[in-house]
Amino acid sequence: MSETILSVEALSLGYGRLRVLEGVTLTVAPGERVALLGHNGAGKSTLFKAILGFLPPVIGGIRVLGHAPGFDAARIAVNYLPETVAFPRALTGAEVLRYFSGLRRAPRTAVPELLARVGLAEAAGRPVGSYSKGMRQRLGLAQALIGAPRLLLLDEPTSGLDPISRRDFYEVIAEAAGRGASVLLSSHGLEEIEHRTDRVAILSRGRLVADGTLEGLARRAALPARIRVTAREGQADRLQAKVGGTRFNGCHVDLTCPPEETLPTVARLAGLSSLVSDVDLHRPGLADLYRHFSDLAPEEARP
Amino acid sequence: MIRRLLTIATQEFRLARRNLWVVLATVALALFAAALGFLGAGQGAALQADVLSLTAASLSTLSVYLIPLIALLMSYDAFSGEVERGTLALTLATPARRWELFAAKFAAQALAVGLAVTFGFTIAGAAIGAAYGASAPGLFAWVRLVGSGFALGAVFVAVGMTLSALSGRTATAAAYAIGFWLLLVVLYDLALLGGVIAAGDGLFTTRIFPWLVLANPADAFRLYNLAAFGSAPVSGVDGLAHTMPFPPEAALAALGLWLAALLALGAQLTRRIKP
Repeated sequence: MSETILSVEALSLGYGRLRVLEGVTLTVAPGERVALLGHNGAGKSTLFKAILGFLPPVIGGIRVLGHAPGFDAARIAVNYLPETVAFPRALTGAEVLRYFSGLRRAPRTAVPELLARVGLAEAAGRPVGSYSKGMRQRLGLAQALIGAPRLLLLDEPTSGLDPISRRDFYEVIAEAAGRGASVLLSSHGLEEIEHRTDRVAILSRGRLVADGTLEGLARRAALPARIRVTAREGQADRLQAKVGGTRFNGCHVDLTCPPEETLPTVARLAGLSSLVSDVDLHRPGLADLYRHFSDLAPEEARP
Repeated sequence: MIRRLLTIATQEFRLARRNLWVVLATVALALFAAALGFLGAGQGAALQADVLSLTAASLSTLSVYLIPLIALLMSYDAFSGEVERGTLALTLATPARRWELFAAKFAAQALAVGLAVTFGFTIAGAAIGAAYGASAPGLFAWVRLVGSGFALGAVFVAVGMTLSALSGRTATAAAYAIGFWLLLVVLYDLALLGGVIAAGDGLFTTRIFPWLVLANPADAFRLYNLAAFGSAPVSGVDGLAHTMPFPPEAALAALGLWLAALLALGAQLTRRIKP
């Protein structure tokens, strides 16, 4: 009926008197990949546990395909990969997946294909104790794909993985998203999600301080671009007198300018070729955006 | 529901087997039983009892220590371990209910302990029977021993799992398990014995003491096994087995009540677990 897989409405919850989440509102549409960013303790894992129905909301509510968390329809629709999971070392990868298939009413015959999809076909019959960290994480991902869930919750799925494993990991996630699964994943690796998710939500101290596409967030933040100009030999003083900015390392001049003035500024620098030997343009990246939104005081935060 | 129960129980039993729990427990129980039988065989003639019966009697006293210990060691981190490894969150994210997890894990672990008791004692009993001959009463004593050993193991698996659900951390659960073992198996008897000595033939010894023996699953197990021997050479708390104001089967009922109560309590406690 609705076009939302997950809707979190003004959710507040906490442990005892400590509030961990405060008025969080977030929706995820079918096939959408949303990255959840936030410092340690910002409430990312807590939000996941609330979506799974492990923690009851104090205020607000959560709906998974219109169902409350914890009900069978919601449990079947959502699958989860926790931040740290250690499957029993004595069991084989195939046995682990057959177990969770049995609990999810998914066909056990799909297990070999799942293992193949994460590149563990050959290790299927080996005990988990002999797996490397990357293999164990991939087994966790295969587990999260059991029963073709509508929503994948991945809690820092790539922490501790090497760049190659990371890329493979995101390929599997993209494949699942291509099949219509929505993905909500948390991460600290800012660069890695930059081109691999559709939307970014930033949690800071339990509040959602930003939610949108990277372009949208960049526009809203209107972070200045940084331009590092390298002066020709001995021309640094004259250059600074002409364009302003701050001196760096004797021969450099650093400029910051608002996004709309970047192009005119670069054009002007190009006209000063007798003074300028090189121009290095640094546009604000995800890390700058992240810092910008995380540092906003709670009063200034807009959802 | 049935499929989920079977899935969890199968996995749990497979783990018990892979971790060599069943094999090690079987070997330990068989060795203890055989040692008691062959080393104690010399007294058989003097006491006018066949070796099989005699060994069953001493084994029921030894089992009171061993079977609860094995059962607790196996079950104490049933939940706390899974919380710490993060696998419980995965299981509970599926449609599996918490009580289903508790029931299926209990069934698998109780079966594992029960099989160890059955195999261990059967192997030892067969060896003793083959060496010294088997009598009908002796065989019955072993059947009783294995059957009630199964029940005793189940009760202490339930104790361990309840403690595991209660504590949430493996280290705490281990401390609880050792504490309960000491309390129920060692200290309880000492306290009762002290009470009997202090009270003499008073009200405590005749009226209260028998029920206190029945109230402890370990003592109930021993009571049931020893009461069946007409002339077993036992002393201490065990010597009083024949003076009980109830039939030996009451001891089995006590084990059953313990089991039912622990399962209800444990299943209830699983609601408090934070995965």
